[in-house]
Amino acid sequence: MCLPLIVGFVAKSYCLGIESTADDFGAGVVSLEGEILANANDTYFPEQGGIHPREAARHHANVAGKVIAEALKKAKISFNELAMIAFSQGPGLGPCLRTGATAARALASYLKLPLVGVNHCVAHIEIGKLTTGARDPVTLYVSGGNTIVSAYEANRYRVFGETLDIAVGNCLDVFVREAGLKAEGGKAPGRIVEELAAKGKKFTLLPYTVKGMDLSFSGLLTAAISLLREKKFGLEDVCFSFQETAFSMLTEVTERALAHTEKSEVLLTGGVAANKRLQSMLRTMAEEHDAKFSAVPREYSADNGAMIAWTGILSFKHGFSVPVEKSFVKLKWRLDNVEVPWVEKPAC
Amino acid sequence: MLIKKGAEASLYLEEWHGRKAVLKKRVPKKYRTPELDKEIQTKRTKHEPQIMHRAKEAGVPTPIVFLVDLEEATIVMEFIEGKQVKHVLNGLPQDERGRLCQHIGELVGKLHSHGIVHGDLTTSNMILTPTGEVVFIDFGLSDQTRELEARGVDLHLMKRAIASTHFMHADECFEAVMAGYEKTVGKNATDEVLEKIAEIERRGRYISER
Repeated sequence: MCLPLIVGFVAKSYCLGIESTADDFGAGVVSLEGEILANANDTYFPEQGGIHPREAARHHANVAGKVIAEALKKAKISFNELAMIAFSQGPGLGPCLRTGATAARALASYLKLPLVGVNHCVAHIEIGKLTTGARDPVTLYVSGGNTIVSAYEANRYRVFGETLDIAVGNCLDVFVREAGLKAEGGKAPGRIVEELAAKGKKFTLLPYTVKGMDLSFSGLLTAAISLLREKKFGLEDVCFSFQETAFSMLTEVTERALAHTEKSEVLLTGGVAANKRLQSMLRTMAEEHDAKFSAVPREYSADNGAMIAWTGILSFKHGFSVPVEKSFVKLKWRLDNVEVPWVEKPAC
Repeated sequence: MLIKKGAEASLYLEEWHGRKAVLKKRVPKKYRTPELDKEIQTKRTKHEPQIMHRAKEAGVPTPIVFLVDLEEATIVMEFIEGKQVKHVLNGLPQDERGRLCQHIGELVGKLHSHGIVHGDLTTSNMILTPTGEVVFIDFGLSDQTRELEARGVDLHLMKRAIASTHFMHADECFEAVMAGYEKTVGKNATDEVLEKIAEIERRGRYISER
């Protein structure tokens, strides 16, 4: 299905994507052909503890105008050149999702543009495919809120494995807080563990919980925190053992999914994808199976607006859009509930 | 001769004193730190034949183990003629599919009532022999436990494996599995485990029912 791209004298050939599922407020501009022109972002940092949904939403409301304006400025386009507005409709934290959705609805109504609701997990996979050229990969999607091994089968990204309790990014975050480590200058907690682990040498066994292709991280987290409190091992060694165990579990389930689906590509995406050690483990594993490994570039690993814009374009070209009055957010919208017809039948 | 390079191990077709045998070699995983890798390999190589034997005691067909070598992380066992259920199930007529799933459910019930959870109940790990018998393989992630939680996770994995690989018939297949399971373990134990499965699903991050 092809859509008219010219209306009046202004070519409408861009999509603005708004992301606000958790602690990031992002706005991205992508052309209908898949060129990323801008990817602006502002992250909420809690003063203490984890993300407070209401406070995060308040942050998003404060920065929304600024971030969206910045995205358009970076892309060097005006509102008249937009063909549609895409927003992340779920899954995520309710107040945060609603803030992004409100901005998207307002823009779509005012500019009389179609509104496209995007599944956040699908978007992480699609931006990975767009930026790495992966075609039909087994995807490991790891972030603060999600840990999913999926692959495409019959119109959906099927979930082959996932966490049975907390997400791996959440596990890293809590460990960092419990260890009393401070994230300086907006450094991601996972990055702190990565840097300390790189200096660790002594490995000690921690709970390694793989159940088929599913995983569990809560036992590992509890044990790692107790180990730290015992003070028998140095912080660097604990980080090393903790990270090695968590990432070995992730690599093992990805390997299982790869063997089970018999695909020939592995894609790593999501916030934790920026970790170099995880990348190297997956690369080693993929090579052993003659599979091609790719990791989403750091800029697009964390939550971002560009991934929403691009997935919005893919959806819209297949006729998906949502009337403003029906654009409710979906807090628990599963990856495998979304039809993705563009994977097999790319639109023009 | 290499017949299958799996995620966990490589399988070779060998001859063992005149019999067709499978040599299962757990290959060191280069991605894992050596201490962790050694620990996981030894533990699973030691554990697997023990549980395969216990499964037989429960009346569940498993390959006969000929030899175990912990140093080399190797198990030599009987070669099972037949096809993986994964490759057969979707092509079967509905009534046969139902019977096969029900039979699988009965076998899972036998494992569970003897305190064994398989740990990786996918249709790749079940072989349908030419005589219509189902043989369970790959007990590398299995465990001996009578905990309801473990049984729930085991069947939850099976449900998920069916949903991802046999999505056209997922509900029908899982219902048949549970009907077979009930035949072996009875209604109370089945209801209990179904409730557990629902609870495990509710623990997931994103599900509609919560």
